Amino acid sequence: GLAGSAGADPSEDAELSINGEPPLITRAPAPAHLEGALPELISGWLYRDEATRAMEMDDFDNPAMVFVDQGLDSWAAVEGSAGKSCAACHGDIESLKGVRATTPKLNAAGALWSVEDFINDCRTNRMGAEAWGWSSDPMLNMTAAISVQSRGLPVAVEIDGPAAPYYEQGKDMYYTRYGQLELSCANCHEQNNGNMIRADHLSQGHTAGFPTYRLKNAGLVSIHNRFKGCIRDTRAETFNEGSDEFRALELYVAARGMGLAVEGVAVRP
Amino acid sequence: AWAETAPGAVQYDEYGAIAASLTGAPGDPGVGAKVMSSRAEGNCVACHQVSALDADFQGNVGPSLDGAADRWSEAELRGLVADAKHTFEGTVMPSFYKTGPYIRPGDAYTGKAAKGELPPILTATQVEDVVAFLMTLKE
Ligand code: HEC
Ligand code: HEC
Ligand code: HEC
Repeated sequence: GLAGSAGADPSEDAELSINGEPPLITRAPAPAHLEGALPELISGWLYRDEATRAMEMDDFDNPAMVFVDQGLDSWAAVEGSAGKSCAACHGDIESLKGVRATTPKLNAAGALWSVEDFINDCRTNRMGAEAWGWSSDPMLNMTAAISVQSRGLPVAVEIDGPAAPYYEQGKDMYYTRYGQLELSCANCHEQNNGNMIRADHLSQGHTAGFPTYRLKNAGLVSIHNRFKGCIRDTRAETFNEGSDEFRALELYVAARGMGLAVEGVAVRP
Repeated sequence: AWAETAPGAVQYDEYGAIAASLTGAPGDPGVGAKVMSSRAEGNCVACHQVSALDADFQGNVGPSLDGAADRWSEAELRGLVADAKHTFEGTVMPSFYKTGPYIRPGDAYTGKAAKGELPPILTATQVEDVVAFLMTLKE
């Protein structure tokens, strides 16, 4: 209890009801594979101040929704040498319900892919269009539009069998103390969630709200971009967006949040 | 002039304290206060609350440092600032006077790889300045 952190603990009673719909799951029992690392899962939304929380409770106030609309436009737009749109094959974007909640996951060839990889695979191999950059506007818009289709579904990634080595790789990374400050993800998000690090209120660092709208950037931020920022802040050499390392970390961090609802699209400071 | 003790030559006792000054000269508490508040230098207030410092957004990842000089001797405080991992095994508190080894050391906050061996985050003089300031924190 010190000045500045008053009310900084995660809210005890706030409910994430969007557009008056039944509330999303923002607290969940910690999954068994976490082996007690967290007592309970708490969405980053509950760590935010009331004004920021409110922006996510109404799609008219959520600044991410204009980008979702742009994503929907490009869903219907014909592009590339095959003369096809996403809709030409997939129909309504609702057909991608569940994808955000279950990704990253293995592709048909057994490699771990993020949503961005599946999109670029369709663009390059099925549409004859150019790949989108990982954090390019059209990619962020499309991943946001796809995440909305899974709003409310609990994160449920596969971590066993052929996914297990990726999970283990991500877990190793999560506990590695990177950089000159020698800080791991766990140092901040497991040991110190609820505490203030300078002006920032540390959450458990879940990905269920991604891509998120960050007020600081006035735009959408991908999961890998967030990871990059967090590692950079330890005075470390980061990994690249779209790197195998970040895919593995993405799987592990998603697995830490299994049971929390996909927020589609979160608003964060 | 005194020779500074290089990071690799610092003698920690079994509790993590450093008896000898790193510079041989007394530190300047006023400069120490600035080092502790500045984001680019110690940024101690990122994790600690210090009532005597006029710095905004003081964090609480670590304990309040008010009264630190009542709890710790000068040698112990020097050890804590230089490398708190000798005092608190596995602590999240960064080591301010060492040069590695680090995993994926970066070039400050650029996210790029460090160019060669990194200097310690604080100089020997800055460590002594911070220790001098901490010694003023009595209740
Ligand atoms: C020519 C047909 C075609 C086009 C055009 C196409 N896709 Fe696909 N898409 C597929 C097929 C086939 C799959 C694989 C389905 C499977 O394996 O279950 C797929 C899979 C996906 C997946 C993974 C789905 C899952 O269940 O894991 C995503 C995401 C996706 N597409 C997004 C897009 C987007 C966004 C566009 C437009 C930019 C697009 N697709 C254009 C045919 C297409
Ligand atoms: C030095 C402290 C620190 C370290 C180390 C750190 N983070 Fe963060 N992280 C933050 C802060 C501060 C925020 C913004 C506040 C919040 O949501 O926790 C944040 C936010 C996040 C978020 C967004 C949460 C949300 O609800 O939008 C994710 C995801 C995340 N971090 C993952 C990671 C991962 C993975 C690692 C390790 C590779 C990591 N962080 C390392 C400080 C850190
Ligand atoms: C990333 C977080 C972090 C930063 C930055 C940090 N510390 Fe700490 N510090 C801690 C933690 C946590 C402890 C408690 C030790 C433990 O249990 O791990 C601690 C303990 C201490 C103590 C002993 C506290 C007491 O009175 O019992 C002192 C003194 C101290 N730190 C000084 C500093 C100074 C000076 C700086 C900057 C030059 C600094 N710290 C920067 C996290 C931090």
